[in-house]
Amino acid sequence: MNNIGKTMIINGTTVPFTNEKNVLDVVRNAGIDLPTFCYYSELSTYGACRMCIVEDEKGRILSSCSEVPRDGMVINTHTPKLRKHRKTILKLLLASHCRECTTCAKSQNCKLQDLANRFGIKQIKFDKSEKAWKDEYEIDDSSPSIVRDPNKCIHCGDCVRMCAEKQNVGAIDFALRGYEMMVTPAYEMPLAETECVNCGQCAAVCPTGAILIKDDTMKVWDAIEDSNKRVVVQVAPAVRVAFGEEFDMPEGANVMPLMVAAMRKVGFDEIYDTSFSADLTVIEETAEFVEKLSKPEELPLFTSCCPAWIKYVENKRPELMPHISSCKSPQQMFGSVFKEYAKDNATDDREVVVVSVMPCTAKKAEAIRPQFTHDGVKEVDYVITTQELANMIYEAGINFDELVPEAHDMPFGLYSGAGLIFGVTGGVTEAVIRKVLEDKSHNSFDSIKYLGVRGLEGTKEFELPLGDKILKIAVVSGLKNADNLIKRIQSGEVHFDFVEVMACPNGCINGAGQPYSSVFEKKERADGLYSADRQTKIKHADANPMVGTAYEDIIKDKAHQLLHVHY
Amino acid sequence: MEKEVIVIENATEKYAALDAFIEDHLEMAGNLIIILQEAQSIFGFLPREVTAHIAKKTGQTQAKIYGVATFYTQFRLTPIGKNLIMLCQGTACHVNGSQLIEEAVCEELEIKDGETTADGLFTLNNVACLGCCSLAPVMMIQNADGEETYGNLTKEKVVEILRGIREADTSAAS
Repeated sequence: MNNIGKTMIINGTTVPFTNEKNVLDVVRNAGIDLPTFCYYSELSTYGACRMCIVEDEKGRILSSCSEVPRDGMVINTHTPKLRKHRKTILKLLLASHCRECTTCAKSQNCKLQDLANRFGIKQIKFDKSEKAWKDEYEIDDSSPSIVRDPNKCIHCGDCVRMCAEKQNVGAIDFALRGYEMMVTPAYEMPLAETECVNCGQCAAVCPTGAILIKDDTMKVWDAIEDSNKRVVVQVAPAVRVAFGEEFDMPEGANVMPLMVAAMRKVGFDEIYDTSFSADLTVIEETAEFVEKLSKPEELPLFTSCCPAWIKYVENKRPELMPHISSCKSPQQMFGSVFKEYAKDNATDDREVVVVSVMPCTAKKAEAIRPQFTHDGVKEVDYVITTQELANMIYEAGINFDELVPEAHDMPFGLYSGAGLIFGVTGGVTEAVIRKVLEDKSHNSFDSIKYLGVRGLEGTKEFELPLGDKILKIAVVSGLKNADNLIKRIQSGEVHFDFVEVMACPNGCINGAGQPYSSVFEKKERADGLYSADRQTKIKHADANPMVGTAYEDIIKDKAHQLLHVHY
Repeated sequence: MEKEVIVIENATEKYAALDAFIEDHLEMAGNLIIILQEAQSIFGFLPREVTAHIAKKTGQTQAKIYGVATFYTQFRLTPIGKNLIMLCQGTACHVNGSQLIEEAVCEELEIKDGETTADGLFTLNNVACLGCCSLAPVMMIQNADGEETYGNLTKEKVVEILRGIREADTSAAS
């Protein structure tokens, strides 16, 4: 169908449109921000919240998210009738919603609170009747990553669709009906006992405080305050290009030097970088891959950096386990290598505590897995998210934008650009390619990005000529995309030698621990990481001098124990 | 919801019957409801392990199945008594005092709507309309022998009916 030349009249102004999938997109493209609770362009249209309503020339009310744009349409977006309806809907939602905003962790990031302010809701005349306000639901904090508070749920279903459509997990769904209706795991089971992979994407789309990320900042504060503890912190690559958003800095700005300054002021003893251990991952994973290339029956090799992906394989695709790389994730490699290092390099007799700052909620679950505790000592003691670190900095009263940039501590503050780009989908693969290519020149590395490894598409497939072979490589982000790819591999339709999987769409830059954002595509954050890579002199893992030192002085013959794991 | 361990009798045959039904309807769009109906008619209710089994066979998530099973009142997640009382609360029955009948049933059996007596003999379900308004107030009792309809109920009459069923059950057992 030819859509060119079509127009509609919005609030008396003629607006052209082409192939927008609904009226809502046309209205938003025209610069009018219609509010929504239940609409994400990446998820299926639900049409339940009725906030995006518009009125046509006959006075009919349409929900713009589920209305196909037609040539010659006449609509208005804020007539008296619509404004009245929107306010009534908000008042009804608020009537059956917990209103203790001051103690809610989602305060100031809550869409309900935001829209109530925007529409000037000052009074709710509906009774907060026993039936309407179900404040007796138990809070489910069984999961190490996610906290469910059904009392704050407005039944928009964003989490349900995210979990099922993007992640192919479906741990939660609507149950019961009428006033009783709620979003819950089957049989109201604790989330920890379900197939939940802890990716936290449900919390990332929840408009209210009904699904939150578990807060571990108190444990970190306690460790910092304890003078018998040597608290070291590792910061994951993706954190630095999103952290600034919490302090009104542009999306994608690399604020790592400011974060280092802030974390020193907060009281961390030593500040290191997970990009360093990502370099170790590249070396181990490449070695594993090269070895497996001579045993084609053991291919494809799937990456193992993403703990949500590992959990997904355990739950739904256990037959793939032999194909998963035995490398620990960079977070765990850092923990195990640092604790090994600290045995011989104790500055004093303080107990070593390793804290991770991650864009990820599944990392909290990964750190407490039994495989990563040895003789009662965890490799990584506490995991906090990007948002949690920002909250600690707020709480400490540090003016982030007035800080003077500082550098990491040594020796684990040195990393290559290859380690840095782990934070974006395709990054692990690109880092491995840099390692396997014999030509390590600038031009050779520069040409990798034209292979098809970069970009925020959910599924990327390309070929890499290597010696006399042509390697087939796939990069997927989003577990639904991963599952679709697995089906094609298992049916024999396609073959791949190497497959990178990240559970979150776009990779770690879009992890659920990152600052809230209503935009799905995280192009700025990806550009931020690639830009940081361009600015480093060290481009590949082998070129990181600390890596060689680490193998010689710390890892020695213990690579298997320190860097590998069997799930 | 608390976990209960319920032993299913003749489990192998029942699962085989269910599997055969699922097999026949696997390709059908929107098959979940009829599969749950069949499972309920085989097992009498929907035990947790049966819904887990259906999830595995159909590729649906357990959360989705739980959602469907709790949305429709026809599905039961707990076993029902030998006699299922369907007490009509439709308009005609309502104006003819069905609430008084419900009170009498609740008092006699010491249960509320949706519950089962401790001896497993009766389950009470309020229903919207049985469609025989001329008999209002009316109830239907379903058991292994089939269904029986009781009309023009009074408080005394309903207690008499329930006691009759209980006595017949006791004498049958002895």
